Amino acid sequence: MSQLTHRAPTHLKPLFAALFATRHLTSASASTSPITVETSLPFTGHKIDPPSRSVETTPQELLTFFHDMALMRRMEIAADSLYKAKLIRGFCHLYDGQEAVSVGMEAAITRKDCIITAYRDHCLFLSRGGTLLESFSELMGRKDGCSKGKGGSMHFYKKSGGFYGGHGIVGAQVPLGCGLAFGQKYNKDESVTFAMYGDGAANQGQLFEALNMAALWDLPAILVCENNHYGMGTAEWRAAKSPAYYKRGDYVPGLKVDGMDALAVKQACRFAKEHVLKNGPIILEMDTYRYHGHSMSDPGSTYRTRDEISGVRQERDPIERIRKLILSHDIATEKELKDTEKEVRKEVDEAIAKAKESPMPDSSELFTNIYVKGLGAEVFGVDRKELRAVLP
Amino acid sequence: MAVMLQSVGMASISATFPDLSDKFSVRCSVPVIRFDASSVPGWIRGTRKAGKITAKAVAAPSENASSAASKTGHELLLFEALGEGLREEMERDPRVCVMGEDVGHYGGSYKVTKDLAKKFGDLRVLDTPIAENSFTGMAIGAAMTGLRPVIEGMNMGFLLLAFNQISDNCGMLHYTSGGQFTIPTVIRGPGGVGRQLGAEHSQRLESYFQSVPGIQMVACSTPYNAKGLMKAAIRSENPVILFEHVLLYNLKERIPDEEYVLSLEEAEMVRPGEHVTILTYSRMRYHVMQAAKTLVNKGYDPEVIDIRSLKPFDLYTIGNSVKKTHRVLIVEECMRTGGIGASLTAAINENFHDYLDAPIVCLSSQDVPTPYAGTLEEWTVVQPPQIVTAVEQLCQ
Repeated sequence: MSQLTHRAPTHLKPLFAALFATRHLTSASASTSPITVETSLPFTGHKIDPPSRSVETTPQELLTFFHDMALMRRMEIAADSLYKAKLIRGFCHLYDGQEAVSVGMEAAITRKDCIITAYRDHCLFLSRGGTLLESFSELMGRKDGCSKGKGGSMHFYKKSGGFYGGHGIVGAQVPLGCGLAFGQKYNKDESVTFAMYGDGAANQGQLFEALNMAALWDLPAILVCENNHYGMGTAEWRAAKSPAYYKRGDYVPGLKVDGMDALAVKQACRFAKEHVLKNGPIILEMDTYRYHGHSMSDPGSTYRTRDEISGVRQERDPIERIRKLILSHDIATEKELKDTEKEVRKEVDEAIAKAKESPMPDSSELFTNIYVKGLGAEVFGVDRKELRAVLP
Repeated sequence: MAVMLQSVGMASISATFPDLSDKFSVRCSVPVIRFDASSVPGWIRGTRKAGKITAKAVAAPSENASSAASKTGHELLLFEALGEGLREEMERDPRVCVMGEDVGHYGGSYKVTKDLAKKFGDLRVLDTPIAENSFTGMAIGAAMTGLRPVIEGMNMGFLLLAFNQISDNCGMLHYTSGGQFTIPTVIRGPGGVGRQLGAEHSQRLESYFQSVPGIQMVACSTPYNAKGLMKAAIRSENPVILFEHVLLYNLKERIPDEEYVLSLEEAEMVRPGEHVTILTYSRMRYHVMQAAKTLVNKGYDPEVIDIRSLKPFDLYTIGNSVKKTHRVLIVEECMRTGGIGASLTAAINENFHDYLDAPIVCLSSQDVPTPYAGTLEEWTVVQPPQIVTAVEQLCQ
């Protein structure tokens, strides 16, 4: 069994986590027996009947949720330290507090379904099969990064996992998401696309344009608004006339979900996937919260009080909720969960150490991947003496 | 006869066809092997395949009449040629689809996509709402899943609304994803100064897009190259912007029946000559050829090259021409500031400075919004007499 812990990979495939999980269970047979849990809040629907509050889950799944969210939380906090140590530069947008959206969504879908999001993409990348090493390497601009160090924090992609990024311009990913859905419909894939955006992006015109088209052609697009109540430094009530983002679709049905409850997210995503394959688009509003500021250059406390942040952390923290569930159902002991957190911390530290050893990209990489099967045109570097390369 | 792209250093070979002539010029189909398009002679690697070059001047009508009976191919208008190319590619590859305003049921505002929706259905020839930003984004998202969309901008000027999508997601996504995603889209539409269409509908977007890394730009000017470039653009794995011109849609020409694809990075030798190299593209090609008639009567022998590939420039063909004539005149429809001509001037100066006997002259449109009044509009654009004067001054 110890072999499993060493093998405990940086992947987050539930299968691996399940193998990991059985180590904690006193009776192996309990691992997959279903438990029914009530979500924290009922769903609110707009032009649609909301799904039931009772969610089916298994101890195995709950342990997976705990492990995955703890891993994500740890990764984001480590990224915070790395940024302050100037190993990560530029923009770094952290997802801690919002982990439940990522794990809940992943639990409800397959890898054939597509997810596309904006720049707060580190954790979604992990949940879609990305590794910690790829993540940290990319953040530090190293060769082993998922985009070879050329994308950075805002451009994580994982084609094999159905993760389409990773986009810096607010709102531009939503039309792309509808395009992914168009491709799925064209190819008759029976899969869906989750196009994620924030409450700030909800005011972008291209979102409504894309929604119109998705509804017109019944595209299997699920628009997910991760409403963390602040669009960069501006609170939602100061930016939006109607902050009920799930209603903004007007003719498109919507569902408001407690985004800090992984099981509610899972229920909503499963419901949405079924709906959308038959009826065209739907909007999901995930009511969530980010502990960090908008990005690392934003302290996050000038436009909201520290009391508010700590209040949410005490009452609604997604990891704490799952921890309480696990403990109350006797799936694992307090100590075992703490051990999981220690394991996760170690994993992250190891990945960072490995990523630090990864080399910077070669200077010839400046000119690769601009064109596919390139043209053979010559390119000069700034001083015309160095960096001479033929566009490959 | 598809374009073949060889790997190390070599590039495309265009198809050879019997010489075709039209009212204005002789088109020479010269198989050219492209490679590192460097100017420096020492860098030239690879062999140059000899091809048929017929160095005829402007075709005399009598020659045409005699061979008219035995001519192969079929005659059509430029917009029909585009449509034919598009249709052939859609038949060949089920992943090719068209998106744009009025492309389906209406048949296309310039009839390029006429009858395609009837043949391929509403999903493959998609009528979009008037939302350029998002339908361009949508097409790019579809390309990420493996489809090959052809986006039509009803007028190129409208694509300014989609600039973010074209620049960031179309051009740069292949790079920022470390090569994971390719975006094989074609963005096409008519642009350029028309007949009194007004300022907003007479824009030349090639100058705005030329800095975007990762895209290729081509401009078609005859039915022959329109069909060939359309097919090549659709088959290319890179995002290609195909610039058409509002006033050229009704040009008629005889094109081959056989399938052919042209190279996207190659310029076209319209009229070989000795005294001066005139570089042009799109509609200005016709102004140049008109001026060429006058120049020939006056005893000059201009070499006219239709550069076709706006990004990247075919510096190989251009370079060889500069080395021969030592004088360059660029005639374009872009604005003077920051246009294609400005970039081309810089590129030629950088690479072929030693071969120039005179400074490069660039004739472009005036830096003004295109006025509505007919006479004013004429003055914003380069006219044949100005070209003749420029050549005379250059060749002194």
